[in-house]
Amino acid sequence: MNQKVVKRAGLKALLKSPTGITGLDQITQGGIPAGRPTLVCGETGCGKTLLSVEFLIRGALEFNEPGVLMAFEEKAEELAVNVASLGFDLEKLQKQNKIKVDYVHIDRTEIQETGEYDLGGIFVRLGHAIDSIGAKRVVLDTIENIFSGLSDQRILRSELRRLFQWLKDKNVTAIITGEKGEGTLTRQGLEEYVSDCVILLDHRIENQISTRRLRVVKYRGSIHGTNEYPFLIDEDGISVLPITSSKLDASVSTERVPTGIPTLDMMLGGQGFFRGSSILVSGTAGTGKTSIAASFANACCERNERCIFFSFEESPHQIIRNMRSIGMDLQAHINSGLLKFVASRPTLFGLEMHLVAIHKIINNFKPTTIILDPITNLVTMGSISEVKSMLIRLIDFLQSEQITVMFTALTLSTSTSEQTDEGVSSIVDAWVLVRDIESNGERNRGMYIMKSRGMKHSNQVREFVINDNGLSLVDVFLGPDGVLVGSAREAQELEEATGVALKSHASSRTDREIERKKFVLESKIASLKEEFESVKDELNKTQIEEQLRKEILEKNRAEMKRKRLDQTLVKPSADKKKNPNKKKK
Amino acid sequence: MKNKSVEYELRLYVAGNTPRSITALNNLNRYCEEHLKGRYKIEVIDLLVTPQLAQGDQILAIPTLVRKVPEPIRKIIGDLSNEEKVLVGLDIKPLIKIA
Repeated sequence: MNQKVVKRAGLKALLKSPTGITGLDQITQGGIPAGRPTLVCGETGCGKTLLSVEFLIRGALEFNEPGVLMAFEEKAEELAVNVASLGFDLEKLQKQNKIKVDYVHIDRTEIQETGEYDLGGIFVRLGHAIDSIGAKRVVLDTIENIFSGLSDQRILRSELRRLFQWLKDKNVTAIITGEKGEGTLTRQGLEEYVSDCVILLDHRIENQISTRRLRVVKYRGSIHGTNEYPFLIDEDGISVLPITSSKLDASVSTERVPTGIPTLDMMLGGQGFFRGSSILVSGTAGTGKTSIAASFANACCERNERCIFFSFEESPHQIIRNMRSIGMDLQAHINSGLLKFVASRPTLFGLEMHLVAIHKIINNFKPTTIILDPITNLVTMGSISEVKSMLIRLIDFLQSEQITVMFTALTLSTSTSEQTDEGVSSIVDAWVLVRDIESNGERNRGMYIMKSRGMKHSNQVREFVINDNGLSLVDVFLGPDGVLVGSAREAQELEEATGVALKSHASSRTDREIERKKFVLESKIASLKEEFESVKDELNKTQIEEQLRKEILEKNRAEMKRKRLDQTLVKPSADKKKNPNKKKK
Repeated sequence: MKNKSVEYELRLYVAGNTPRSITALNNLNRYCEEHLKGRYKIEVIDLLVTPQLAQGDQILAIPTLVRKVPEPIRKIIGDLSNEEKVLVGLDIKPLIKIA
């Protein structure tokens, strides 16, 4: 398809010949240069022959380009057997004249050299093979073997140069394989002659685990991916993964997917996680991470969606048995084809291989949800940063495919639980933490949501209960002594109920007391009132007496006045009778 | 000791009438006349005419001399300019000693 793009540009751009190998055409943006030789080099056992044979076979099958394989190492029959393990029928293709295999046998003991010679024999054989089936593709595997059979380096080098030029003139797309040498790409420096495109294969062992990697070292006249890409050889041939996506432009969904635990959904604003998001469930051993993951998978299958469960710890049967004990029938989903278990030991192959394998399985099964349980075990094969980069790439890929992923991660001790998790806690969209709450001689599970991007979520710690019916969350009890879980919670609940009864009793007593006090005080008030009345009376009495006395005095005085006046007029003796009173005043 | 009864069957592979092929053929004829008179057969195969024959005898280089008989098969590549090497390669040196 890239060929079209190149043509459309109008300029005379490099024509490319698609290899048909998954991923390689993406890296090279369309394939290897058409009509030119490409060098594929690498150490022993890195897959050079396989890559080149696949190039031929795919060319014959998918692009209708017959090919010639000139083998300097393996006999035709051996090759046929070797590629048969990848599902290619080399013999049938040979019979159909789509592929021609020519085994070149070189045995130094049989050959004596004397005088000048050239490699005309190879030219003739190759030319004959190409012409007889109209080949467009040629593989020379591994032409360097000539150097072990023949001794005149000078002749060989000039002949190789001539051979590659001749291949160009023949306008065939050729792959030449070469063994990696010390400090050079190939032992005999073939890269000097084949300079259009060089692909380096690598087979590295780290921590006893091998990973194959591919790199396009050079591609004259074309843009190409320059990174090292891991590749996988399996029953479908080679798959290379150009996984490093530098863009952050994956589309997002606002659709929510329930978690299978209704109470957890409630904590997430009632609807669950976003579709296509990545969820991390971390916790210490035995906190129920796998159960959470399985219930997520179960919920997915119950919605009639496909799910893949990658298990790095337990076998599928184990998980199925264990989940049955909490009321989940995963076997039924497997039978209906909705659920697929992929169980492998993490040490089976390297991290990159896992990634490639996961990609392949996802591309074949097309799930909407995948589970990785647990990612912690992946660290056995690489450093945390490697695991992180692998997971980032995986999440990138899943996001672009709108696949929801749930990782589980084991945290080793509660004290560091917020830092481990393979460093992925920053890249996931949601992080659910399950932790042990140990108190009063028992362990209980507490769950909370550390983060959940883009949605309202509860900030509360919930107690996480696993019983026969599945998983659920209960509100933790906030007693006076802090958060209570498990039997302490139940005890506290009971105690609280008792407390309520006691309290109501106590309050009624207080009420009566108040009533009594009120009564007492009221009677006191009454008596004081009486007292006040009597005092008031007393006071009134004196006041009236005073008044009376005053009135009487006034009266008397007036009387006296009158009488005195009378006396002066009539009789002075009357005046004497009243005198003592008057003198006192 | 059996040498006298053994017939040498030799094949010379060439590609066209190149000077090198002609030199090789001339050299070969000379050695055979000298050491194997009457006991040899030379077949010249031009691969430009019959390329399909190259595969059978595992021909890489041009010119190549193949000793088909006696067994085992021996190959000598080059223009055969070194007589001693050719004779060793064809395993006919001992004959000279006897002679």
